[in-house]
Amino acid sequence: MADLSIDIRALVKRHGAMLAVDHVSLQIRRGEFFSLLGPSGAGKTSLLRMLAGFETPDAGDILIDGRSMAGVPPNRRPVNLVFQSYALFPHMSVAENVAFGLEMKRLPRGEIAERVGATLDLVRLQDKRDRLPAQLSGGEQQRVALARALVNRPAVVLLDEPLAALDQQLRQQMQTELKTIQAQVGLTFVCVTHHQEEALALSDRLAVMQQGRVMQVGRPEDLYERPENLVVARFVGVSNEVCGTLADVQAGEGNLLPSEVSSSRGIRVSVPAGLQSGVPVVVTVRPERIRITPGHVADAGANCLHGVVETIHYIGSEWQGVVRIGQSVRWTIHASNATSGSRPVAIGAPVSLQWNSADGVVIPLT
Amino acid sequence: MRGQGIWLQSISGLGIAFLYLPIIVLVVFSFNASRLSATWQGFSWHWYGVLWHDEALLAAAANSLWVAVLSTSLVVLLGVPAAMGLERLRGRGRQALETIFLLPLVLPEVMMGVALLLFFVMIHWPLSLATVVVGHAAFNLPVVIVMVRARLQKLDPRLEEAASDLGASAWQTFYRVTWPLVRPAVLGAALLAFTISLDDFIVTFFVAGPGATTLPLKVYSMIKSGLSPEINALSSVLVLASMGLVGLSLMFQRR
Repeated sequence: MADLSIDIRALVKRHGAMLAVDHVSLQIRRGEFFSLLGPSGAGKTSLLRMLAGFETPDAGDILIDGRSMAGVPPNRRPVNLVFQSYALFPHMSVAENVAFGLEMKRLPRGEIAERVGATLDLVRLQDKRDRLPAQLSGGEQQRVALARALVNRPAVVLLDEPLAALDQQLRQQMQTELKTIQAQVGLTFVCVTHHQEEALALSDRLAVMQQGRVMQVGRPEDLYERPENLVVARFVGVSNEVCGTLADVQAGEGNLLPSEVSSSRGIRVSVPAGLQSGVPVVVTVRPERIRITPGHVADAGANCLHGVVETIHYIGSEWQGVVRIGQSVRWTIHASNATSGSRPVAIGAPVSLQWNSADGVVIPLT
Repeated sequence: MRGQGIWLQSISGLGIAFLYLPIIVLVVFSFNASRLSATWQGFSWHWYGVLWHDEALLAAAANSLWVAVLSTSLVVLLGVPAAMGLERLRGRGRQALETIFLLPLVLPEVMMGVALLLFFVMIHWPLSLATVVVGHAAFNLPVVIVMVRARLQKLDPRLEEAASDLGASAWQTFYRVTWPLVRPAVLGAALLAFTISLDDFIVTFFVAGPGATTLPLKVYSMIKSGLSPEINALSSVLVLASMGLVGLSLMFQRR
């Protein structure tokens, strides 16, 4: 862990009686694209504002490049923030906005001009350098805000919901661009977002936060494939769940005796180390791992649950629907549209849902 | 519906006529060749010439300009920091201070005049042009505060954070970001305060010392000795100047 960019140690922030950030510890590596993902009110914005120095922690410490940030005001921190609203200076041109940070550092004029030029090239805004922010489109304003931070070559670039104000198409495009630029400049990026696809696509690693706490930290595939708790399972992707108790645990394999759905021979699951028979758990399965077969077929090796289609709709690349498999248990299904545009199953039809035991993730109920 | 439209139009037309007809008559008669104000005897620049050579009147005009310039400067120097301070304040203190600052806007001007007069007498400050300057500053301060705050409230508070994030000190943030953005509002407020000061009669009447005759006071004393077309000419000049200043002020507000 020699190459740490940010070391957050047991950080606490109270807003009145509420714990906005609850003993958060995180290590962010140099050159990493790290995201803080969570619903609004999860504390991720408070955390970001403490990194920038706009809020003061009630306890704990933040180290950037090994140096404690306690008592260091925002204008003396080696970080630059890309604001959600961009906060571009409306009375300055694009080039003046980008030059602002370097002017504050009192760099020589020649160097400022050179670095501003290079950064405007990087975000492809060289031809708009003399425009005022109000004369730019949303995507262009976003790029100016990014350039204004990057030009200072800070130790850390902070991004607050960077793509939230853009429409869907532009968002996709900027997402790619942001990732490319980050790879080019090689700076540490810390990004706050509530948009899970965005976080998965952009990040090298991410932390899922809820109610001021970090629920899990890992690479996107770790969080999606092996969620450690239901918060992560539900927030990152769609989670189809069935509750029950473990039985016949042996050599990392076992059976789930489901409590809310009926299953002829139990559900085979891979059991994480440390869980024994009799423990109440939830098994969660991702929709795209489920095979849908019309009618109530007998399973052949794989896990199988029977249900009735409640809704099914067409979204182009696939069909998405809801299948009721128990009194109050509904699963979301995704049926590929790889072969034809015809409806795979009808509403009200009985179906069988099958999946491999390795695709069910066991989460202990605490 | 159509009938209603005509009614509304005529009523607003009457309203406008009621407001501006006297001023138009005044301006027209300032070009009257006659010695008497009431009858038209042909076009002439004569009264503007008389005006230009009336030493006492020009002295009063100079007084008025001085008072307006000084009181406006004073009010900007006090009002801008006050507005910024109010904007930053949180909690109950803000409400209280706000009310205290803005109350003079609704106080009857006569009361204001009497109060200021009593105050100056109490602290043994002899009435002079200086007391007029202070008096004008007193009623113009809320005007400046209201206008500058309106602008400050529209500013994104993130802008100051952005400046600070980019390495600017508090002073650099003010000088490079906040001030350029509120400057139009400050200019607009200053022009309005200047105009109000130039036109003020009541407070000036109470707090002006001997020899500290401003233009409105001079006009008042002149009409006591009969309506001369010279006053028409003077008033026309004032109307033009006031309109120009208010126009400029509006222009700065829009920016």
